[in-house]
Amino acid sequence: LQVMDSAPVENSLMSSESDIQRTQYPYVTGTSVVGIKYKDGILLAADMGGSYGSTIRYKSVERLKPVGKHSLLGASGEISDFQEIMKYLDELILYDNMWDDGNSFGPKEVHNYLTRVMYNRRNKFNPLWNSLVLGGVKNGQKYLGSVSMIGVHYEDNHVATGFGNHLARPILRDEWHENLSYEEGVKLLEKCMRVLLYRDRSAVNKLQIAKITEEGVTISQPYSLKTFWNFSAFQNPTVGAEGSW
Amino acid sequence: MENTSVDVDQPHSMGTTIIGVTYNGGVVLGADSRTSTGMYVANRASDKITQLTDNVYVCRSGSAADSQIVSDYVRYFLHQHTIQLGQPATVKVAANLARLLSYNNKDMLQTGLIVGGWDKYEGGKIYGIPLGGTVLEQPFAIGGSGSTYLYGFFDQAWKEGMTQEEAEKLVVTAVTLAIARDGASGGVVRTVTINKDGATRKFYPGDSLQLWHEELAPVNSLLDISASSPDAMVS
Repeated sequence: LQVMDSAPVENSLMSSESDIQRTQYPYVTGTSVVGIKYKDGILLAADMGGSYGSTIRYKSVERLKPVGKHSLLGASGEISDFQEIMKYLDELILYDNMWDDGNSFGPKEVHNYLTRVMYNRRNKFNPLWNSLVLGGVKNGQKYLGSVSMIGVHYEDNHVATGFGNHLARPILRDEWHENLSYEEGVKLLEKCMRVLLYRDRSAVNKLQIAKITEEGVTISQPYSLKTFWNFSAFQNPTVGAEGSW
Repeated sequence: MENTSVDVDQPHSMGTTIIGVTYNGGVVLGADSRTSTGMYVANRASDKITQLTDNVYVCRSGSAADSQIVSDYVRYFLHQHTIQLGQPATVKVAANLARLLSYNNKDMLQTGLIVGGWDKYEGGKIYGIPLGGTVLEQPFAIGGSGSTYLYGFFDQAWKEGMTQEEAEKLVVTAVTLAIARDGASGGVVRTVTINKDGATRKFYPGDSLQLWHEELAPVNSLLDISASSPDAMVS
């Protein structure tokens, strides 16, 4: 049935010149994802907000999901496209399992697959409106990468999407080092997430932190961060300059 | 210079307030009944809660045409699915079918849906499907233009594990509040309650709903007021 196609074919006889272009706009969006390598593997953090324009419409959206046995995916951007990407990945992993050849896709392979998917959609002017963080461990090798909605991809010791690039990465450049312990890693991510909570309008105070090691994936229960407002400078900021802020 | 032209050729849209709420035993779906074309109310008694199967209903918002065609397709597919399956379809399957249509035609469709129902595996479930085709399972969902006025209300009034009476009261109160402030919502309040015993429709006429701030109880005529109280007319 034609309505069920994801990209119905139209030739120039059926469609006017104006709708050859496609590109969309996002509706329900998630904000930053932050990821770091640590001693035993990868840590990812993301809040649980789903914004609808300027309204914070959903506050329990899980934006960190396991992929197969060796990888974790975090997504920002349009949630419906993330749900579709998860379906593609579940299918990819299923086919991989059906080979039953003792090999299984590691994070590097999944990252490459996602890069190809995102880039090819971009070339058709019909992007999946997401920025993705993909992390995992296989055979002792840690891997952490990102892919944007136009197919730009990076691999690094710490990555982030959206506002995270501007607010979290500088913190990580200063304070990340090789062989962070789990506790140090979590504290570092929480420091980043707190700054994002203060400074990103679409952030919500309910987050999850996910860990992946050689043993497997764990995703924390949702929790909230303490925030700090009790500074003397916040008490009476406009004394001596009434009307200012 | 008079400005009396009314644009009746605007597409039919259900400004709308739609709500779906779970309670201990099932779900309650609610909606207003106003369909507008531009500023004109094309239908003041529409039924926005549409049946998909015996145990699954959908609340429709946004474009009237788009939401009707989507729910028609979902009903068609669910019917065939039920025959193949040999038992009632689950709410999750209904929601996913609606999602497929919404997501794969996201460029063309403008409809927000709330799919709600009861099945023997999961009990009462509500799935919100906003613009774009995201599916989110939620303990309660609100949608339509009137829903903007209800976020604060539900943040405060929602509780887990309500009884059927509490849930129905919450839904009717909420739709009534939205109607009070949203020009695109109005008319009557309709609810459908779905549990293991089936689906029950209820109807709350516009003049039986409770009154809020600055709203007055309606009377037959000024003349009735003047009769009972001489200073009703004050010069």
